[in-house]
Amino acid sequence: MYVIIAGAGKVGWNLARELIEKDCEVTLIESNHDRFRVVEEELEYAVQFGDASELWVLERAGIQRADLVVAATGDDEDNILICQMAKEKYGCQRIVARVNNPRNHVTFKLLGIQPAVSATDLILRLIEHEVPEYGLVHLLALEEEHLEIIEFEVPATADAAGKRVQDLDLPDGALVISIIRGNSGFVPKADTVIDIADTVMLILDPGLEAEVTTQFMPSGPAA
Amino acid sequence: MDRNPLSHERLDRDQISTWEDVGGRFTVGTALEIDGLIEAGIEGADVFLAATSGDNTNLVISQVAKRRFEVPRVVVRVSDPARASWYSEQGLHTICPTQVAIDQVEQAMLAP
Repeated sequence: MYVIIAGAGKVGWNLARELIEKDCEVTLIESNHDRFRVVEEELEYAVQFGDASELWVLERAGIQRADLVVAATGDDEDNILICQMAKEKYGCQRIVARVNNPRNHVTFKLLGIQPAVSATDLILRLIEHEVPEYGLVHLLALEEEHLEIIEFEVPATADAAGKRVQDLDLPDGALVISIIRGNSGFVPKADTVIDIADTVMLILDPGLEAEVTTQFMPSGPAA
Repeated sequence: MDRNPLSHERLDRDQISTWEDVGGRFTVGTALEIDGLIEAGIEGADVFLAATSGDNTNLVISQVAKRRFEVPRVVVRVSDPARASWYSEQGLHTICPTQVAIDQVEQAMLAP
């Protein structure tokens, strides 16, 4: 796979390293000359000097044959433009954009730059994952497909605790796809009983979170 | 709209009346901030001109103005002729000062 990465900052450089280790062909593009020199010492021919939002720089890097373009500069406008040109001018099938300021996420979405990855969002997801009080955890949002995957840890007082999967009061468009008990996960059957402290994963149509949540939240007066 | 509050001073320099007196408005903010654009009144704008010093900024905010706020007339300044010509093919009204200068210089040199 041939990958072009724009921006040799901490994100871009480390990503390039990882991908090279995974036997990808990588070209990293950096516009700051001092930074370029530093990175070149390690990556040699895999890094090129230039402004990745200029067409000739992208063409020199061989964007016409790139399988994936990652825009990881520290500038959101640049990342949007690079991805837009990669996709619409050069027909690159797969792009990934870094979002520096989470408030710009709407603009990435508006202009069809997906997936757009923001460190703030990722950390927030981790917090949700690590802090069980948060309840529902978004694992994956397939926005194009209008599906999302979420998980819950089942508290002792939840409606779902002790119920069979088939007896759960789930809305249409929500399906239990997996249960993690102890350290191992399995795909439940209709008569699988949900235990306290199980982690239950569901796939659902967006907008059903609130309805589904009632099954997995502690019922009765809040502790 | 400008991100530098001091830019406002430039509007009044050597003028008899102030910018506000002649009906002008001024908003401090970077153009990619949606809130700033709204504060500047983009929702009721007839024309949006993106003329910051950053080509990429201009190209992004002009698309935001067009697609999200549906401003009827959007004009973009783009210094790089290559990007200007591709984006104008995509339907943006771009103006490239570099290209204008090249054309004028060429004319001046080749004129009889």
